[in-house]
Amino acid sequence: MSAHMTGNGRTDRRLRPLGWDEAVDLEKPPASIPETSETEVPAELRARIEALMARYPDRRSAALPALDAAQRVHGWCSPEAIGQVAAVMRVTPAYLSSVATFYDMLRTEPLGRRYVYVCTSVACHLRNAKAVHEAISDEAREQGLEDCDIREFECLGACDMAPMASVDGRYVGPLDTSDAAELVAAIKENRDVLPGRGLTDAGYELPWAERGDQPPARPDGPPTPPDPSPA
Amino acid sequence: MSETLETKVLTANFDVANLDLIHVYESTGGYRSARKAALEMTPEQVVEELEASGLRGRGGAGFSMGKKASFIPKGSMDKFLCCNADESEPGTFKDRLLMQRNPHLLVEGVIIGAIAAGANRAFIFIRGEYSAQADILDAAVEQAYAEGYLGKGVFGSQTQVELVVHRGEGAYICGEESALLDALEGKRGNPRLKPPFPANQGLYQGPTLINNVETLCNTPIIIEKGAEWYRQYGVGNSTGTKMVSVSGNVQRPGNYEIELGITAREIVHGLAGGPLPGREIKCWFPGGSSAPVLLPEDLDRPYTFESMAEAGSMLGSGAIIVVDDSVPIVGVALRLAEFYRHESCGKCVPCREGTNWTVKMLERLDRGEATPMDIEIVAGVQENIIGNCLCVLGDSMAMPIGSMIKHFRPEFERHIEQARERADRAAAVGEFSAVELAQSAHAGPGVG
Repeated sequence: MSAHMTGNGRTDRRLRPLGWDEAVDLEKPPASIPETSETEVPAELRARIEALMARYPDRRSAALPALDAAQRVHGWCSPEAIGQVAAVMRVTPAYLSSVATFYDMLRTEPLGRRYVYVCTSVACHLRNAKAVHEAISDEAREQGLEDCDIREFECLGACDMAPMASVDGRYVGPLDTSDAAELVAAIKENRDVLPGRGLTDAGYELPWAERGDQPPARPDGPPTPPDPSPA
Repeated sequence: MSETLETKVLTANFDVANLDLIHVYESTGGYRSARKAALEMTPEQVVEELEASGLRGRGGAGFSMGKKASFIPKGSMDKFLCCNADESEPGTFKDRLLMQRNPHLLVEGVIIGAIAAGANRAFIFIRGEYSAQADILDAAVEQAYAEGYLGKGVFGSQTQVELVVHRGEGAYICGEESALLDALEGKRGNPRLKPPFPANQGLYQGPTLINNVETLCNTPIIIEKGAEWYRQYGVGNSTGTKMVSVSGNVQRPGNYEIELGITAREIVHGLAGGPLPGREIKCWFPGGSSAPVLLPEDLDRPYTFESMAEAGSMLGSGAIIVVDDSVPIVGVALRLAEFYRHESCGKCVPCREGTNWTVKMLERLDRGEATPMDIEIVAGVQENIIGNCLCVLGDSMAMPIGSMIKHFRPEFERHIEQARERADRAAAVGEFSAVELAQSAHAGPGVG
């Protein structure tokens, strides 16, 4: 697993043939909609997907949430997972894999059940996010963290707490390279990751707000608009 | 009460504890507007009020919300409202705050939007990364159903509004309205050819109104207090307040609600504390990473839709990203181009190839393998992307990168020269290592 954590995750993945990147057997007939009677689907997953389909006027709308539900069961959108979703949704596996390969959060390779997305988009980039990502990747390799997908991610919409990361959907930040060891150890030991520093944690404040560093008072009342008359 | 540069209209009740509980929200006056819209007003009156308020879309395009709602055809067919909560524009994080702190305000806004559009089904398309916010919304929707504010006969009227929170799975392009519809239909998020516009043929081929979270959150306030009251905020055709997300090299990044029309300097220096001590602002994005960059002298302009357009940029989603003088501009351009390359859906050639070539050429520039002529080529690639695709994703890279080349050409040239010298030196002493070179290039050419 450690091979996944080296260097730029995105480039590495392209080089390694895994899962869906395996050569296709052209002799085989294309997969059709799997027979429900021949496909074993965990009862809970089946119920979940059926409930999802019922929410929409068109059952196909449930494709994204259904794949997400299957991914939670299987750890990734494996051929088996896709087969199960296809059987319940009555669509072809090819249709579902076309969807799964489009979206960043659907894993089409077994990269780990847990994930750490380190935002390295523009705003985080300006606050040294690359170094944070490298520190976390290095630390994961050193501590031998397994079953965890650590990757750079595009803007996660939390530039106020930059640089930040999403650990299994929980936003933590602002991060420093010195947080990497504790972050990785907490994931490895299944502890809370950086308690108190998650966006949704009770009483969470940005460091400058915590310091009582408030925006200054307006000097002389509200500003007078230069042109108050509507055009 | 001490007057600050902030004007709290949307965020007025954010200090109230447990605002995500429906009874707490109602105790602050919540759901009064939706009830009024459902029981006392006709859909036409709701649209008129919204149009009169001058409320413009807060997602990026800035189109009049009331006008957009009035485009929805009349008739008894299924009509849809989609709330665009796929906030993925780099630098933007205002909707996240609104949904997390005051989910019922959005639910109420969706009910009002649905009444205005005559929609019987509504969806909130939220990006999958916002799982905590989606959970909060799910809970809010459930409470609203339990109270009879959603479902068949909202507030005891004849109106039906069904609301589903739909989670995306991580794709910037789904913020584009027609790609959002495809994603909601369970497909790959590829933008559609327009026309037909979503107002006529959108979700499931039905008439569809698509609005941003912040836009919909404004509607309960407009319905309650009236268009006239709302228009007292803002300047000219930029009415109301705006959530601005300030990020990058400032002392106090964060969300601030301001009255449209205060200067950008008041936002960046006043509210966000300005650059770190000893640093100066090099450039700033006034409306997310897709907006052409502006220079420090533009900070004195009023922050309005018109004024930002006049300066050659746009107010966009209201996300201000500040870049200070410690950051090499080539690095920012490269990071930006890498983002759009990754997020390009691949449907249109100019965007798919253009983003890829821009990244490759900027990397070459950064490695010292380019000549000043290559800057022309990069600029030329940007010009050939703009306006040549189904959606504006390609333009969103081309415009800021084009503007960086325009404003910082000498720095680009200096960057090439210095990277070349470094490469030559390394080759001469026989220590040529691509990794080292790349690292030294990232350290930048230094300023001044």
